[in-house]
Amino acid sequence: MYLVEEATQLADKVFQMWIHAPQVARHARAGQFLVIRIDETGERIPITISAVKGDSVRVIFMTIGKTTEHLSTLKKGDAIRDVVGPLGTPSDIKKYGTVVVIGGGVGVASTPIIAREAKEAGNHVIGIIGARNKDLLILEDEMKEACDELFITTDDGSKGIHGFASTVLDQLLKERELGCVWIIGPAIMMKVTSGVTKPYGVKTFVSLNPIMVDGTGMCGSCRVTVGGETKFACVDGPEFDAHQVDFDGLMQRQRMYVDEEKEALEHFHHPHGGCGCCGGEH
Amino acid sequence: MTGVSEHVKDFNEVNKGLSEENAVLEALRCMNCVRPSCVKGCPVCIDIPAFVQRVANRDFAGAAEVVKKDNMLPAICGRVCPQETQCEGACILSKKEKPVAIGALERFVADREREHGVTTPEVAAPTGKKVAVVGSGPAGLTAAAELARMGHAVTVFESLHEAGGVLMYGIPNFRLPKEIVQAEIDQVKALGVEIRLNHLVGRSVSTEELLAYDAVFLGTGAGLPYFMGIEGENLCGVYSANEFLTRVNLMHANCFPGFDTPVKRAAKVVVAGGGNVAMDAARVARRLGADVTLVYRRREEDLPARAVEVTNAQAEGVRFVCCANPVRVLGEKTVSGVECARMEMCALDESGRPKPSCIEGSNFVLEADVFIEAIGQGPNPLLISMLPALTRERRGNVVVDEDGQTAIARVYAAGDVATGAATVIWAMGSAKKAAAAIDRMLRGE
Repeated sequence: MYLVEEATQLADKVFQMWIHAPQVARHARAGQFLVIRIDETGERIPITISAVKGDSVRVIFMTIGKTTEHLSTLKKGDAIRDVVGPLGTPSDIKKYGTVVVIGGGVGVASTPIIAREAKEAGNHVIGIIGARNKDLLILEDEMKEACDELFITTDDGSKGIHGFASTVLDQLLKERELGCVWIIGPAIMMKVTSGVTKPYGVKTFVSLNPIMVDGTGMCGSCRVTVGGETKFACVDGPEFDAHQVDFDGLMQRQRMYVDEEKEALEHFHHPHGGCGCCGGEH
Repeated sequence: MTGVSEHVKDFNEVNKGLSEENAVLEALRCMNCVRPSCVKGCPVCIDIPAFVQRVANRDFAGAAEVVKKDNMLPAICGRVCPQETQCEGACILSKKEKPVAIGALERFVADREREHGVTTPEVAAPTGKKVAVVGSGPAGLTAAAELARMGHAVTVFESLHEAGGVLMYGIPNFRLPKEIVQAEIDQVKALGVEIRLNHLVGRSVSTEELLAYDAVFLGTGAGLPYFMGIEGENLCGVYSANEFLTRVNLMHANCFPGFDTPVKRAAKVVVAGGGNVAMDAARVARRLGADVTLVYRRREEDLPARAVEVTNAQAEGVRFVCCANPVRVLGEKTVSGVECARMEMCALDESGRPKPSCIEGSNFVLEADVFIEAIGQGPNPLLISMLPALTRERRGNVVVDEDGQTAIARVYAAGDVATGAATVIWAMGSAKKAAAAIDRMLRGE
């Protein structure tokens, strides 16, 4: 069992949680994730490691279905049955010169840890964080502290620059010499934004978020096509060269269980009788 | 559907086991050979005549004690070992009539002990030595139990949330009930073995932390699924057998939404492969209500699965299409069918089996909304790639000598990570040898 040490809400549908998990905290690096299972009947879901302090790790998640909604109801002092990690290959951080770290929506959760490590490696770090509106923006203070420069964008112009991260990125590419770009957010945002760096030939990493089960490389549920080859995001990634990724294939596979996810959420809100195959308990 | 086994309705165990009376009658058939060939046929060398004689004399507790001297997982082995090629295949009676049902007797002895109270075998005085065991599958559990009995302090690291490896996520409940696996794991723990779940070695435990133990046993298995590399393989509805079986066996997707993990409910399923994993995947798919077709590239007589599993699959309504191989998965976003080619058998290959090759223009389509690939698996490269001093074979298996010793001092390996995907009992047999070698090394012999 893994103790929830702190649970707070950051924005509409966005929650932050500190979990006591020494075996994860001891080894976690930027770009890695963990897999959790809330209880006996739970599923395993991957969540990016957003920060580490002592024996604890922080995760930030948005409620999009049954498991994340359930997770958002946990309070300080509650326990999570299983936490395994750190999983995945750490971000390829070295001295690139000027590094841009972009986060969109809840994807901003992953950016401070990358920005900090990139700065420690001697890079000049520019952050771009975006959200649909100012109320959905998260980790602004943390990013301000972690980056040398920070740009904020909102889709509706309620804060910072009116527009998308890609607008700012395009401007930076025209004006400066960039060594490397990280883009983390929804698949469609990563696809569009990484398209901006392609003509400039600037190295661009994206953190892919396919469906996972074990997260340790034994099932291939998370397989993605990168440079024409099949890769397992949980061990080969989750970060890949954005210009080699088949984003359409990723988005198609992400939708594999759309109907089942709706059914699970409905069952969570309005539980009905037993399923008839496990003694009627569930 | 008429004429099809009732078993497809649930995940309960198919074979109900022997009654006490039938076990005694069966045991009485044993000739108690002076030089028993059955023992030689057993990869962990159980003293078969001794335990069978005790069953014949109704000393069931004594029988369990004899079995557990050499095998800490008898309820599992009695169920899943291919006895026809091992102990029972070597039984002297098999020359003229049916061999003694050694597997069924072993299972009976273990089940009876579990129901009537378990005794924990003796553990030697502590040696002060610490051993790390990576992986809690059949190899890891066997090595852990052996080493704990020799007095060493054993810590097992398991990356999943339950111990047991393939016994938990791979072999379905109807062949191996999970509470039986759990009960045998509890017996291993009773020897003083500590099992740390949710610990992926190489990530949650560094290689430096691992090599700080006095000895290391790698029992990480062959859990990396192979994919065929054919067109359409990444469509929604294409599974590796590992994923499909893990969702159902470990995550209970058959009970969705009572359990949160979903699995695609299909009307028509095609399974590619002919081993035990393919049979398990096909029989699970039948229980989820699908019409199931199994495609195998060689002839029916070449099927590598146990004969009894093939018979069970057929009785449960799985349709077999032999001498055929998938060449393309059809569909827009989700699977709609599997295009296959007929195969003809050419000269024998290095394994002594005929080499199949495609017959031009013979392609045909099997309708399907789920396609499961069960064409084999290799060792997971994660940990072994972090120990670059290990030598590996062409297919990625760790090279070991006959004691299980790897190229790194104090590091041993056994089971599927060393041999490639094999059977539960071969993993246990090689793990037992490695444990004995580790013990000699730790005692400075």
